[in-house]
Amino acid sequence: MAAHLKKRVYEEFTKVVQQQHEDLSTKKLRLTKPSKSAALHVDLCKATSPADALQYLLQFARKPVEVESVEGVVRILLEHYYKENDASVRLKIASLLGLLSKTAGFSPDCIMDDAINTLQNEKSHQVLAQLLDTLLVIGTKLPENPSVRMRLVEVACKHLTDSSHGVRNKCLQLIGCLGPVEKGVAKEAESQAAKDVQKIIGDHFNDQDPRVRTAAIKAMLQLHERGLKLQQAIYSQACKLLADDYEQVRSAAVQLIWVLSQLYPESIVPIPSSNEEIRLVDDAFGKICHMVSDGSWVVRVQAAKLLGSMQQVSSHFLEQTLDKKLMSDLRRKRTAHERAKELYSSGEFSSGRKWGDDAPKEEIDTGAVNLIESGACGAFVHGLEDEMYEVRIAAVEALCMLAQSSPSFAEKCLDFLVDMFNDEIEEVRLQSIHTMRKISHNITLREDQLDTVLAVLEDSSRDIREALHELLCCTNVSTKEGIHLALVELLKNLTKYPTDRESIWKCLKFLGSRHPTLVLPLVPELLSTHPFFDTPEPDMDDPAYIAVLVLIFNAAKSCPTMPALFSDHTFRHYAYLRDSLSHLVPPLRLPGRKLVSSAVSPSITPHEDPSQQFLHQSLERVYNFQHLDPRGIQELLEFTIRDLQRLGELQSELAGMADFTATYLQCQLLLIKALQEKLWNVAAPLYLKQNALASAAAKQILEETYKMEFMYSGVESRQVVIIHHMRLQAKALQLIVTARTTRGVEPLFGMCEKFLQEVDSFQRCFISELPHMQGSFVDKLLDLMPRLVTSKPSEVVKILQTTLRQSTFLHLPLPDQLHRATANIIEPTGESDNPLRFTSGLVVALDVDATLEHVQDPQGTVKVQVLYPDGQAQLIHPKPADFRNPGPGRHRLITQVYLSHTAWTEPCQIEVRLLLAYNSNRSKASTRVSKSTWSESLESLPLSENGIEGTIPFSKPVKVYIMPKPARR
Amino acid sequence: MPEIKVTPLGAGQDVGRSCILVSIAGKNVMLDCGMHMGYNDDRRFPDFSYITQNGRLTDFLDCVIISHFHLDHCGALPYFSEMVGYDGPIYMTHPTKAICPILLEDYRKITVDKKGETNFFTSQMIKDCMKKVVAVHLHQTVQVDEELEIKAYYAGHVLGAAMFQIKVGCESVVYTGDYNMTPDRHLGAAWIDKCRPDLLITESTYATTIRDSKRCRERDFLKKVHETVERGGKVLIPVFALGRAQELCILLETFWERMNLKAPIYFSTGLTEKANHYYKLFITWTNQKIRKTFVQRNMFEFKHIKAFDRAFADNPGPMVVFATPGMLHAGQSLQIFRKWAGNEKNMVIMPGYCVQGTVGHKILSGQRKLEMEGRQILEVKMQVEYMSFSAHADAKGIMQLIRQAEPRNVLLVHGEAKKMEFLKQKIEQEFHVSCFMPANGETTTILTNPCIPVDISLGLLKRETAIGPLPDAKKPKLMHGTLLMKDNSFRLVSPEQALKELGLAEHQLRFTCRVHIQDPRKEHETGLRVYNHLKGILKDYSVQHLPDGSITVESILIQATAHSEDQGTKVLLVSWTYQDEELGSYLTSLLKKGLPQSTP
Repeated sequence: MAAHLKKRVYEEFTKVVQQQHEDLSTKKLRLTKPSKSAALHVDLCKATSPADALQYLLQFARKPVEVESVEGVVRILLEHYYKENDASVRLKIASLLGLLSKTAGFSPDCIMDDAINTLQNEKSHQVLAQLLDTLLVIGTKLPENPSVRMRLVEVACKHLTDSSHGVRNKCLQLIGCLGPVEKGVAKEAESQAAKDVQKIIGDHFNDQDPRVRTAAIKAMLQLHERGLKLQQAIYSQACKLLADDYEQVRSAAVQLIWVLSQLYPESIVPIPSSNEEIRLVDDAFGKICHMVSDGSWVVRVQAAKLLGSMQQVSSHFLEQTLDKKLMSDLRRKRTAHERAKELYSSGEFSSGRKWGDDAPKEEIDTGAVNLIESGACGAFVHGLEDEMYEVRIAAVEALCMLAQSSPSFAEKCLDFLVDMFNDEIEEVRLQSIHTMRKISHNITLREDQLDTVLAVLEDSSRDIREALHELLCCTNVSTKEGIHLALVELLKNLTKYPTDRESIWKCLKFLGSRHPTLVLPLVPELLSTHPFFDTPEPDMDDPAYIAVLVLIFNAAKSCPTMPALFSDHTFRHYAYLRDSLSHLVPPLRLPGRKLVSSAVSPSITPHEDPSQQFLHQSLERVYNFQHLDPRGIQELLEFTIRDLQRLGELQSELAGMADFTATYLQCQLLLIKALQEKLWNVAAPLYLKQNALASAAAKQILEETYKMEFMYSGVESRQVVIIHHMRLQAKALQLIVTARTTRGVEPLFGMCEKFLQEVDSFQRCFISELPHMQGSFVDKLLDLMPRLVTSKPSEVVKILQTTLRQSTFLHLPLPDQLHRATANIIEPTGESDNPLRFTSGLVVALDVDATLEHVQDPQGTVKVQVLYPDGQAQLIHPKPADFRNPGPGRHRLITQVYLSHTAWTEPCQIEVRLLLAYNSNRSKASTRVSKSTWSESLESLPLSENGIEGTIPFSKPVKVYIMPKPARR
Repeated sequence: MPEIKVTPLGAGQDVGRSCILVSIAGKNVMLDCGMHMGYNDDRRFPDFSYITQNGRLTDFLDCVIISHFHLDHCGALPYFSEMVGYDGPIYMTHPTKAICPILLEDYRKITVDKKGETNFFTSQMIKDCMKKVVAVHLHQTVQVDEELEIKAYYAGHVLGAAMFQIKVGCESVVYTGDYNMTPDRHLGAAWIDKCRPDLLITESTYATTIRDSKRCRERDFLKKVHETVERGGKVLIPVFALGRAQELCILLETFWERMNLKAPIYFSTGLTEKANHYYKLFITWTNQKIRKTFVQRNMFEFKHIKAFDRAFADNPGPMVVFATPGMLHAGQSLQIFRKWAGNEKNMVIMPGYCVQGTVGHKILSGQRKLEMEGRQILEVKMQVEYMSFSAHADAKGIMQLIRQAEPRNVLLVHGEAKKMEFLKQKIEQEFHVSCFMPANGETTTILTNPCIPVDISLGLLKRETAIGPLPDAKKPKLMHGTLLMKDNSFRLVSPEQALKELGLAEHQLRFTCRVHIQDPRKEHETGLRVYNHLKGILKDYSVQHLPDGSITVESILIQATAHSEDQGTKVLLVSWTYQDEELGSYLTSLLKKGLPQSTP
């Protein structure tokens, strides 16, 4: 064997591999490096002491091994394994075996037997455990080989009796990962491993070592994840584990119980020490609730999290979680919540708290008080009061999930959520506000609750305030006093934090439109109108007044009687606001103001169908222009582009679609203009102007195609092909232009080759789409490919030119949803006349606040650019934490940009804008680049084509006035 | 039977003067050494003469443990160590050690300087006493002597409060001191591991109370303050220097920070300032929030709270003032109160209980006209609020702690007898452990069942575990060996080694038994039959037929001889050693049943 191996090794030394690359143009001869295995073998033979050998192995492990030599290396390692006396070296070898088996493309079934054999004579527990780990790797690498798995499980079962916890641990892990999942398989194989794996694992629930117990539970969970239906019998065992001394065991047991409760929610289990029986899910719920007051916070977090997903639990049990019977001196006491509720229902709003106001009243029967319930009692009360904020957050999350599925529970948990608004940790407050928003459709706030909620509006954290505004947008308020209160508090907020303007207006918009009938009685007071006297006209620029108007106008939309209460100036203000803040002020049907309402009406009533029709019709028209003369085509395109742009402005839903197509048509238009025949017929040097025009067009098309590809969300591969095709055309155009302007052939060679490579990669990437592209540029080009490859550059250019001119215009199929990424910088506003002064050489922080819409993965793509007047540009990557996600498709960037510059003599403006970075490798055509694996990445992948990275500006630049002062000496 | 004896000298069915004597496995420990606030005579200190009439206390006590710095837990310490005389170690946590002397000094000043008492401990005595203190860290195991060890656990309640585990060998006692199971604004919740002590001595102040969530009260408090300040009113909060004052400060400080409020908050100087200094130092003893934000800013370095000056009270505009003492009976808080009481915009918030007779108690019970010294009538127009923040565990909290620690017995102290009764019944009912509530001076004896550790040689252990099924920690396992008790240590050794060590010769004990069998055949044939018979039955044992005609089963020898008188009867001689008793007797009974009828 050894001789054979050595021979093999020396063969590898001199192996010559001839590799043929896919592209026919280049053929390479490649010599493989001296094989790894050989070197290793030599090293290991040299090693005199175990420490030496270990060093060699460690060094070896740092370098990757090619797929083809893995087996050889494994054999060598095994050979040394048998010879080695030192356990640590064997351990390293075993771990290396596992590592090598992971090599992509290597099938480890050939080394399995050897690996199993090594187990037999191994004495060291550590090495055994490592070997089992290796087997686990091997087993997972061979998923569709049940017999191998069977064998491995058998081996593991044999070692389950080992006295070392590490070995038992690994065995259980192996059984969990590889154990047979389908019942049928287990029956077929009549071996002893066919014994129920669940039973085998279950037996180790009582192991003496907590680590093994944990591993057993984890293995059970693993089996469940792999699709095995766990037996209900495990439930009682798992319940016992909840009282384990070790937190990791309890934590895993909680998970197991949860899994079982999801599997058998309706089974009936007896309550110990009584004759009653309850549903399993209820019992499990009670048990997990109990764990919310566990001694270890890890377990508490785990338990609180899982509670949220137990939605089948009966409402009786659910509501107990919020119940905590209060008593004082054995007398029943009402909770503050109950008292607040009572005060509210008795019509009394504020009561000076007296000493003894909360004095307990009724006597309690001492026997009836149960201090430690095994049930769910007060689980959330405890969870929300926990000392670790992790537990509190988990509890709030669980509350949210449960409340979403049960309206009655939502109503009950409201008080507790409101209390959480005053938590000391901001994350918890934020989380509870979000939770409240999520369940808001199920609840109506009482006035005292609203009061507490509104008190948080003064919070100095912007996130909290904005979350609260969002919450108020979708809250139901029960009384007109509530609305009034909310308005007053919001106005207070506005004066305290003027930057919240937009958010507050938006909030009032929804508040108004949700509660028109509650706003109605408040109108005279809010507008401060008087039945007899004219009141002074309020200032139209006052944000607070606008806020009030936004509330009223939105309420008036569904309350036709309201406008009767308006005074004259209100109508004037309406017209103004409707124009300036059209997104906040709805169109109203006002008496005697036909003009206003009729002018607006078309855009409110959803005319989706006609406009969409219009879009499609105009596109249709464009695609059929073949028979038109070039002049006509140009005109048609121009008109259509104009139409589409206008459509995009009018119809916000179709804006993405319209812009996208308009851009595409624009590209086409540019291409057509650039290719106008008569200009090209003249000798090149005479028409420099034309060249300039054409090259500019090519450049613009390229830019536009990148925009099309990366700025729109919802672009599918169908569109990507068309976009790439357009880009290819642009590149062809570029080539033609350069060919005409440059003298000499030398540079052209390279360019031609590059272009052809691009065509080739285009073909490779979009092979499936090619049939749809009949008559297109690329279609024709591919037909001519053999000719192109062999011909001279000048000829190539000529061919390209004719093909380009003759090729048809491709239809751009439209996806269902298409949105253009947009960004709007809210801050800095660019209105300030006060320059930002700072000492030159030092930095100044500029707060940037922007909203992003329809940006995918903003953390990776959005950059901030700062342009200094001297032309210097600075690109800033915001931290991932600076992005918030207030809603689907929307992001908010709140970050600080650090500016610095040398001293200026006077203040000047810098420009700040947002850029969208793209990388054409990260293209949406996922078919193109298959992920390179570990071993493959060693060889340079032929990524000849565009690894182009670039940026697209996608927000309006904002000017900031700054003034770096010279430093004073 | 070994036992643990517990005698409360104070705090037995009572609140105040905590002092509990514990004797465990021959060690005597005194837990806390407090004074009683209700008395001004000898009864204010525990009766140390109970420990010894004339000898020195040091000879009788191994150590003293102080759980926290409240005077009802440490007030008698200088008296005990300096005046009665104790030189042994006194254990307390670092914060307690730092703050304790301040409070003692304050207490001394009030008693001696204000009330003019003599025969009280002096400042020097406090200093001397503190020299005997050994400070401990949380979860640090301190070896008091070779056998006695103590360990502190976090208890919440006040800064530096700790629960102590006292352990001798396998026996252990946990003393909770005062503790709090719900976290507050500046301290975390008490925590203990599953240490399964023989006895848990727990406080039971709120034995019959289940408290509402703290948040509602906090919110109410903040709302009240906020509203008053917004109205332009002034808020007076009378506090005692330590504990609650810091919690309220943190509460207001964070609220001010959060809500961006500008109104000034003042803190009356003196003792409180010094105390705040200690809170700043012992940041690790506070709750999660303070510990986490400490890197940016120490929460006790208040941004909004400034030192108070007497002149500030007349300043116009809103303000919040913390002033001592807490019951409005004297000092700065009363002065400010008199200034502000006339304005209905102002407010006074009483954060704690007030003793009868104090101004605080009067206004809380609704009195609106107060007679001050000099026959002045003070009309109280300001709003009066009561807001209680208590830092003791409620009934649920106590039960939770018992559940965490899993003690075998529970003993209640520091509470009223009637309330204890209820809790005792609940504990017994729900945990099925016995619960005690001794009165002062009453001794409770708890029997323990300590395990006795025995050394076993590794060889023997390995040999014995190899026999039979795998070891299982959950089940006891039977082992064979010789127990050697030598020089106060126990060892389990193999018999051979025991003999060797003790210098004894080995005696073999053999049992011999004769079994008569009716068999007319020859001796060796009978032997063969017996051999075949046994071989058939005892498949798992090695049965051998020796050339001399005898049979061995393992080490048991069987010989067949003809009966001297009757040749038809064969005598089977079965001989086995003492170790093989089981198999030997089984064989005999088997042979006695006779051989099966010969089958060809």
